[in-house]
Amino acid sequence: MSIDLFKEFRDPGLCRGLLETLNKELDRELRFMEVCGTHTVAIFQSGLRSLLPEKVVHLSGPGCPVCVTHESEVNAFLDLAERDGVIIATFGDLMRVPGHGGRNLKAAQADGASISVIYSPFDALKLAADNPDKKVVFLGVGFETTAPTIAATMIMARKQGLTNFMVLPFHKTVPNALSTLLNDASTRIDGFILPGHVSTVIGLEPYGFIASDYDRSAIITGFEPVDILQSLVDMVRWRNEGIARVTNNYKRAVSDTGNAKAREILYSVFEPCDALWRGIGLIPGSGLKIRDEWKDMDAIAEYGIEIKEVPPLPGCRCGEVLKGAISPDQCPLFKKVCTPAKPVGPCMVSTEGSCAAYYKYKVD
Amino acid sequence: MSEKVLLDYGSGGRASQRLVSELFLGQLGNDELNRLNDAAELRVSGRIAMSTDSFTVDPIFFPGGNIGSLAVHGTINDVAMMGAIPRYMTCGYIIEEGFAMDDLERIVTSMGKAVKKAGVCVVSGDTKVVPKGAVDKIFINTTGVGDIIVDPAPAGDRAATGDAILVSGTMGDHGLTILGTREGLEFEAAVQSDSAGLNHLLVKLVQEIPDIHVLRDPTRGGLATTMNEIAGSSNVCCELNESDIPVRPEVSGGCSFLGLDPLYLANEGKFLCILPEKYAEQALEIMRADELGRDACRVGTVTDANPGKVVLVTPLGGKRLLNMLEGEQLPRIC
Repeated sequence: MSIDLFKEFRDPGLCRGLLETLNKELDRELRFMEVCGTHTVAIFQSGLRSLLPEKVVHLSGPGCPVCVTHESEVNAFLDLAERDGVIIATFGDLMRVPGHGGRNLKAAQADGASISVIYSPFDALKLAADNPDKKVVFLGVGFETTAPTIAATMIMARKQGLTNFMVLPFHKTVPNALSTLLNDASTRIDGFILPGHVSTVIGLEPYGFIASDYDRSAIITGFEPVDILQSLVDMVRWRNEGIARVTNNYKRAVSDTGNAKAREILYSVFEPCDALWRGIGLIPGSGLKIRDEWKDMDAIAEYGIEIKEVPPLPGCRCGEVLKGAISPDQCPLFKKVCTPAKPVGPCMVSTEGSCAAYYKYKVD
Repeated sequence: MSEKVLLDYGSGGRASQRLVSELFLGQLGNDELNRLNDAAELRVSGRIAMSTDSFTVDPIFFPGGNIGSLAVHGTINDVAMMGAIPRYMTCGYIIEEGFAMDDLERIVTSMGKAVKKAGVCVVSGDTKVVPKGAVDKIFINTTGVGDIIVDPAPAGDRAATGDAILVSGTMGDHGLTILGTREGLEFEAAVQSDSAGLNHLLVKLVQEIPDIHVLRDPTRGGLATTMNEIAGSSNVCCELNESDIPVRPEVSGGCSFLGLDPLYLANEGKFLCILPEKYAEQALEIMRADELGRDACRVGTVTDANPGKVVLVTPLGGKRLLNMLEGEQLPRIC
């Protein structure tokens, strides 16, 4: 697809018009949260954040899969990396996420662990085929967007008769995390910009409770500045009219019903389970475990991994950042002790983490 | 000579001599090098610029060049950025045993072409062949020396408030080409490295423009990193207009696919120039008249707003930092 197709969604004139409307219609503070790392980066990278009215408070929620990966999960894959006969296959973002004692996969690799950074989970199958005497464990981290591809990879592995490919299933699902945030008094969210990518899979329906149970608007939104501004204008208008809506403003990519085929593949391999989220804790029904029929590819079962809640990293306030309770620059460690070179918490590690975005883009 | 480079070729004996006389002198030879003395005898006077660089690029052949031409361009460009005319170069080859002789010939030949085009003499050289696995195929070190022809020489700490910031062409071509070739990725449209010797254009520029404050080639880390280095050394704010920074559509498309930012990708045939506002137009004319500066344009201004920082004005008119990267750009996870 040519990038010129998106030009109008970046049009400076359109954006100025929407900003004026937003300013005019805004009668009080609007605290909106996005829950997708791509939105976090888009809002900063386009310069939009520096142009938003003062009364619009931008909160970056738990939208980066690397950031919400729990400390105990990080420890689990670090331990796994150190086992003999294991090759870890992972996306690059996980390489620098700190676990116990600040240790990460990069350090483990330097100490001799076999870790392969891959671009597609299917690359892990080739790795498995090329190393028949080793077990290749793919680190399954991501939301509903990534999980169907991992499921498809597992189906492919079985078709190819690979017996040495496994997945460490730490996937998370978004909707239940949003209700946890709405129940949390410290966040005070007026509305959500819903994730574009996740919604391509799950569609509109799973977010319905945001309007019906919590009286807040939530809008599936694209990643260009015009997309984001239009959703903010809608959010303000509906609030002014005293209504709450859950809608899809990203129809050029997201179908209201999502992608049924992707869900079918996803749920043929995975089933919902409770999951630990960094900074938030246990959220019922917000994780994906591997179904019994696929146990032979479940690294948790194979290696008897136990996910135990461990205390958060000392001094790290990533949890509050992820909930939108504080902004990254309100954390005392931000830019002083915690930097992208020496991250204390995960929000500073991932390129899509909110602390990393603040550090990288925010003009003081 | 055999089809593969054998350990014998680095022994200093007859085999080495044959390699040197048949291949290296054939392509790189000149009166000084041909004497084959232990060291070169050179005539230099006044202020000289000197720079060394080791080239370990993987892949060694890529669209737009190879490790041989790159080893010349990289070093002479660094020398020329000091407002100097590159004169002499040395080169040291470290070759892995078993390396294909044809490939070595291609590399030395393109090195020879590059030095001739640049008007530089290779005056000293060295060849080592090491056992398999001791290096990855071939590494080349080059050192360049040139006469500085302006006083004061352009330097990273001389950017001043009010200066104009110019770039000589599109950003990110080399970096994306290398990454694409390395990973075996094919893009919609072919991308090609911009590797080129910039010395003739740069010499013309410093001869005709009286007071150029900074000349830099945005190699590793790209425009963003180089601008940050300058903002830091000069303690000024470099404000860049994102819409004015030239990036080829195919590079921008490839980057968006891979989650990379072209402003952080290496260039090997581009430079940025910071100079007093009043000379900006004249400098752009000189640059655009040269094939290697055809797409030159102004991209920003030096201010005193946020000392030490690079601020990007986005097409929407918003402002954000253009920060240094911590390490390599990593592929995104979702």
